[in-house]
Amino acid sequence: MSKGTVVIGVIGADVHAVGNKIIDFALREAGYNVINLGVMVSQEEYIQAAIETDADAILVSSLYGHGEIDCQGLRDKCNEAGLGDIILLVGGNLVVGKQNFEEVETRFLDMGFDHVSPPGTPIEGVFDYLEEAIAARKK
Amino acid sequence: MKYLTADFGSTYTKLTAIDAHREEIVGTAAAFTTITTNVMNGFHEALKRLETAIGTFAYDKLLCCSSAAGGLRMVALGLVPELTAKAARTAASSAGAKVIRTFSFEISETEREAIEAIEPDLVLLCGGTDGGNREVIVSNARKLADAKGDFSIIVAGNKSADDEVTTILSASSKNFVITENVMPQFNQLNIEPAREEIKKLFIERIVQAKGLSGAQALAANEIIPTPLAVMNGCELLSKGTGDTEGIGDLMAIDIGGATTDVYSMSHGHPTLTNVQVKGLPEPYAKRSVEGDLGMRYSLRSLVETADLDKLAREIDFPVDEVQAWIDACRRTPHLLAVEGSREQAIEEALARSATRIATERHCGSWESVYTPFGQVFALTGKDLSEVAHVIGIGGVIANSPHPAHILEGVKSEGEKSPHAKPKQPGYLVDKRYIFASMGLLSQKDKELALKLLKREIVSL
Ligand code: B12
Repeated sequence: MSKGTVVIGVIGADVHAVGNKIIDFALREAGYNVINLGVMVSQEEYIQAAIETDADAILVSSLYGHGEIDCQGLRDKCNEAGLGDIILLVGGNLVVGKQNFEEVETRFLDMGFDHVSPPGTPIEGVFDYLEEAIAARKK
Repeated sequence: MKYLTADFGSTYTKLTAIDAHREEIVGTAAAFTTITTNVMNGFHEALKRLETAIGTFAYDKLLCCSSAAGGLRMVALGLVPELTAKAARTAASSAGAKVIRTFSFEISETEREAIEAIEPDLVLLCGGTDGGNREVIVSNARKLADAKGDFSIIVAGNKSADDEVTTILSASSKNFVITENVMPQFNQLNIEPAREEIKKLFIERIVQAKGLSGAQALAANEIIPTPLAVMNGCELLSKGTGDTEGIGDLMAIDIGGATTDVYSMSHGHPTLTNVQVKGLPEPYAKRSVEGDLGMRYSLRSLVETADLDKLAREIDFPVDEVQAWIDACRRTPHLLAVEGSREQAIEEALARSATRIATERHCGSWESVYTPFGQVFALTGKDLSEVAHVIGIGGVIANSPHPAHILEGVKSEGEKSPHAKPKQPGYLVDKRYIFASMGLLSQKDKELALKLLKREIVSL
């Protein structure tokens, strides 16, 4: 049995492809059903994939510093598409330069993300969170 | 061996006589299709005309295809428009069906009524990847079970919902069959099983119910939909046989009174560097049908999309004159423009627009993103920019004195255009409308069909 279905991808016009492949591999190894959309993924693509595959979570990567603009409105669109309770995670290098992470985190939480990882967090850093959140969602 | 192929069309029954020994098409003839009385009346009339021209033709094998009585009318249902709904439409179109409408998500009561009003022969019900969403396909199965009308249902969606869908449809009076998912995994297209079921049901439902059993009794093949025969002909010409090479990637355009069909035989892999491929993969042999682009029955929507003013400007005609001809055609669908007349120039402009719009929809599209490292592209659909051959099939194109002018509608409008249309294609024409016939012949003799196609489809 898979631990759940997770849609992953690098959002916006971001082409940093290496981390995405590592995340794909690591999540599969950990027992998840992974739907990998690759790089340059639009908000609509995450949502469409999540609908067809009945996904539990969307894990957004953003490496090039424009994450804040790219991620705005994703939760609203999920709500609109009937994915109200889907778990949204985001990580990578979310903003340009070194900014106070707590402030960054707050901004992304306000946007409707459930979990925000600071730069340099390996994917393994969210395994515990993901497992618990999916279990809670399925109840 | 002598073959006779018959294409029972909506208006004409077209015969092609082939002598395999002489490796020749010895003649073609046509007569009105007589589906309301006995389809064989039209057939015999056409045969009489054929034999008047070439003498007695004692054929060994008769091969038939049909698009009579509206062809195979289908409705496709999926979940997300760009995903399983698109996969469903792709499967149905490439099986030679006429997809009247595609529905996505849970359908409403109004949409159920819309399906009833369409009176489809077949409904293809898809939705969800295997193990993915099941609510939608189950809900839509319920709606279809309650829908009025005698249509068959092919279920090709989330396998985890198969049992529930079976229970629902078994309780209805609908004929149904369950087959493999058109999209078993995310973005993985699996249309062959659904296509096979569509072919089987075509024989059961259309051949028997639409008065073709007389033809079937004489035929040496199982009657297939005409667009499927055309598609098989295109694929053969492109790929060749095991022993003889084909001509490679190609596109074909067939402009009719009601629809414009576009075929592409190409993997459509990206031709530019720095390309990210997006969206659902598309099949090597792809057919798209534009129900709103046609020279007579769909003339109004064609003119709306193409824009009347633009059309008139293109040929430098007064708008009123163009409008007058369009009105005349809509009043009298059988109207033909006189050779060399101004009306013919209008017809060509219309056909060229239909070609342009239909190919824009058929081909993939690029979206470009500028980065400090140069331009990066996202490609959705097939990149057909390097397709070398574009073939005009029959009708409007073959009868025009300027077929290449019409076909130029396929050509890319330059670097800035988002459509991955052919850049430098060569143009060919199927003068005698033999594609369907050769598609049929390929069921029995591939080498001969290929040889005849190469000879008959001539460069302009
Ligand atoms: C290689 C590279 C490129 C290549 C990418 C090639 C390719 N197709 O992959 C190219 C040359 C194209 C490139 C371009 C650019 N890059 Co660059 N690039 C890098 C570089 C050197 C390595 C990236 C990499 O592959 N790392 C290895 C992988 C394994 O790590 P990762 O990508 O970080 O992913 C891991 C983690 O982030 C984490 N993770 C990722 N997502 C998520 C999500 C969650 C929820 C969690 C928990 C974890 C997680 O897990 C991943 C796997 O371990 C980094 C610097 C660096 N050392 O990281 C800069 C870097 C990412 N690039 C940067 C920038 C600015 C750019 C450009 C805008 C131009 C520029 N000035 O260089 C363009 C943008 C182009 C575009 N449209 O995307 C900046 C981003 C700055 C910021 N955000 O503050 C960086 C950090 C360099 C820097 N210090 O300035 N780049």
